[in-house]
Amino acid sequence: MNLDPSHLEYPHRHDGYDHDLYPWSALKDRPPVRWPRGSVAIWLCVDLEYFPLTPSDTPFRAPGHMQTAYPDYRHYTAREYGTRIGFYRLLDAFAKVGVTASIACNSAIAERYPAIIADIVAAGHEIIAHSTDMNGTIASGLPEDDERALIATSLDTLERVSGTRPQGWLSIARSQSWNTPRLLREAGVRYACDWVNDELPYRFTNGLINLPLNHELSDRQIITVQQQSADSYAQSIRDAFDWLAAEGSREGGGRMLPLNLTPYIMGLPYRIDAFEALLRDLAGRAEAWFASGGQIVDAWDAQQ
Amino acid sequence: MKADPGLYAFSPYRDRPKIVWPGGKQVAVWVAPNLEYYEIDPPAHPKRKAWTKPHPDVVGYSHRDHSNRVAHWRMADVMSAHGFPGSVSLSVALCQHHPAVVADGVARGWEFFSHGIYNTRYAYDMDEAQERAIIEDSIRTVREATGQSIRGWLAPALTHTERTLDLIAEYGLDYTCDLYHDDQPQRVHTKSGDLISMPYSLEVNDHYGFFVYNMSPREYADTLVRQYRRLADEGGTVMCIPLHAYLIGQPHRIGPFADALREIAADGRAWATTAGEIADAWRAQQ
Repeated sequence: MNLDPSHLEYPHRHDGYDHDLYPWSALKDRPPVRWPRGSVAIWLCVDLEYFPLTPSDTPFRAPGHMQTAYPDYRHYTAREYGTRIGFYRLLDAFAKVGVTASIACNSAIAERYPAIIADIVAAGHEIIAHSTDMNGTIASGLPEDDERALIATSLDTLERVSGTRPQGWLSIARSQSWNTPRLLREAGVRYACDWVNDELPYRFTNGLINLPLNHELSDRQIITVQQQSADSYAQSIRDAFDWLAAEGSREGGGRMLPLNLTPYIMGLPYRIDAFEALLRDLAGRAEAWFASGGQIVDAWDAQQ
Repeated sequence: MKADPGLYAFSPYRDRPKIVWPGGKQVAVWVAPNLEYYEIDPPAHPKRKAWTKPHPDVVGYSHRDHSNRVAHWRMADVMSAHGFPGSVSLSVALCQHHPAVVADGVARGWEFFSHGIYNTRYAYDMDEAQERAIIEDSIRTVREATGQSIRGWLAPALTHTERTLDLIAEYGLDYTCDLYHDDQPQRVHTKSGDLISMPYSLEVNDHYGFFVYNMSPREYADTLVRQYRRLADEGGTVMCIPLHAYLIGQPHRIGPFADALREIAADGRAWATTAGEIADAWRAQQ
C-alpha cells in the first residue's frame, strides 16, 4: 500500500512556525536582560503533588502515579513521604541559605493540608498553580469545559487557602491541549511554565508569558529517568551554572537556571546532603540571583 | 522483504589496505549537527507515531524547538572555537521555517546533506514517485538556500524503503549515513551510481548517550574522547560526532562537550573535516 498523498503535502512550510501559538526569535538576537542582581537567575521550583489512590488515565496517567493493582499503598505512601518529610527537608534547605523558591502546588494539597500552605506563605515562597491533583492531567481530547473547570478549581482553591491568587501555572508533565494557552489567559494567569524551548521568558501570541522550566535539568529527568546519583545531578547543575555565568558575562545578558525539584525524589535522606551542598555553593556565587518565577517574570517584563 | 539486504560485500577489519588521511592524521573526525524541524501536528503515518502524546506534545515539540531559538548557536560556537566544521544533517524544510539557522551554518562554511523534509515525515510505505519527490525536493531546497549540491543522505528519522539507496545513488549522491557496519567508508551495492557508506558512529550520537545509555554530560564527553583515542590508535579510521543542539547545547552539557572537543583537537592525530572531504580522500585511494 502506498502512503497517502497528504504525507507529501506541506501546508505550513513557510517562514516561522507551523503554528501561531508564539512567534520565533533567537535568544542571541534579543536585547540583553538584566536581573536586579547577579547574572544568573536561579529559579527553584518544587512540584508539590497529591496522588489519589485511584489513578486516572484520562487523558493520561501522570508521571509518578500509582503503578500496581489497587490498592497501590507502595506508591501512594511513597509520594506522601515526599509531602510530609521530603518537602520539609527542601524548605529547611532553602531557609539555611535564605533563598526564595516557587512551589508548584496541586490545589488538593491546599484542601487536604492547609498547614503546608501556611508554612510556604510564612517562608515567603511563591505558589504556582499546578492543577488539582495528579488525576488532573491535560491534553487535547480533554473536553474544553472540563479543562476550564480544572483550571478554575486549582486557582480558586489555592487563592482561598493561601490568600493570594497564583500568577503562574504549571501543567502536570507540562502537558497542554490546544486550548490551554487561551483558557489560562481567560482565567487571568500571567505566566505558564510548560514550554521548554527557551532559556528566558517570552510572550505567546495571546499575551501569556512562558517561563521555561527546563525539564532536562529536573531531578526527575536526571535522577529518576537517567538514573544518575545526586552527586552527578549536583555536578551537572554546577556545570550548567558555570556555563551560564560565563555566557552571560561574555554576551552581556542575564541567564536563567531553572531547578525543578520533586520532594519524593530529592527529599530522600541519602540525596538531600548533596543538594544542600549544591545550594550552599550556588548561594556563594556572586553571579547568582535566587528568585521565584514571579520575580523573574516581573524583572523580565519591566524591560520589554 | 529480504532477510539479507545485500547492501555490501563482507570485508573483515583485519588485513585491509591502510587508509592514509591528509597530513598524516590518524582519524578523520567529522561532526554532524542534525539541524531539524519537527512539525507540531503532522499527518499520522500508519507505521510510526510522530509524538507519544496527543498533539501538541508540548515537551516533545518544545524540547526540539530549543535548538532553533537557543542551542544551535551555542553548539556551533563551541565547534568553531575548536576548529570543527559541521556536516549538517538537515530537515530541508528548516530552510523555509528558520532560514537564520541554516544561514548561520552557511556562514561557518558547513556542508549540508539531506535528512528528509521534516523529521516528522517517514519514508516507510512511500512509492518510487514519492521517494523521488523528497529527493528532488531536498536537492532543490538545499541548492536554493545554500548554493550547495547535497552529496549525502541520512534518512528522515532513519526511515527507509528497499529502494532508497538505489535512488539516491541514481541522483548522484555519493554517501549515505544510514549504514552502521563499519568504522571506514565502504562501497554500497546499488543499481547505478557510486555510493559509499560514511561512518556515522550512531553509538556515540548524543541521543544515544543521553537517552539510550543515560550518561551524565561528563560521561558522554569521556565517551567521545575514548572513542576518539581508540580510533586514532588504530589509524585510517573515521569518527563521527552526531549531535542535536537541543541535547548537547543544554547548559549542563555544553561545557563538558567543549572540553572533549578541546582534548580531541589538542591530541594532534585528528583530521577535523567534513563528510564530503572524507569521501573524496577515501575514493582517491581506491
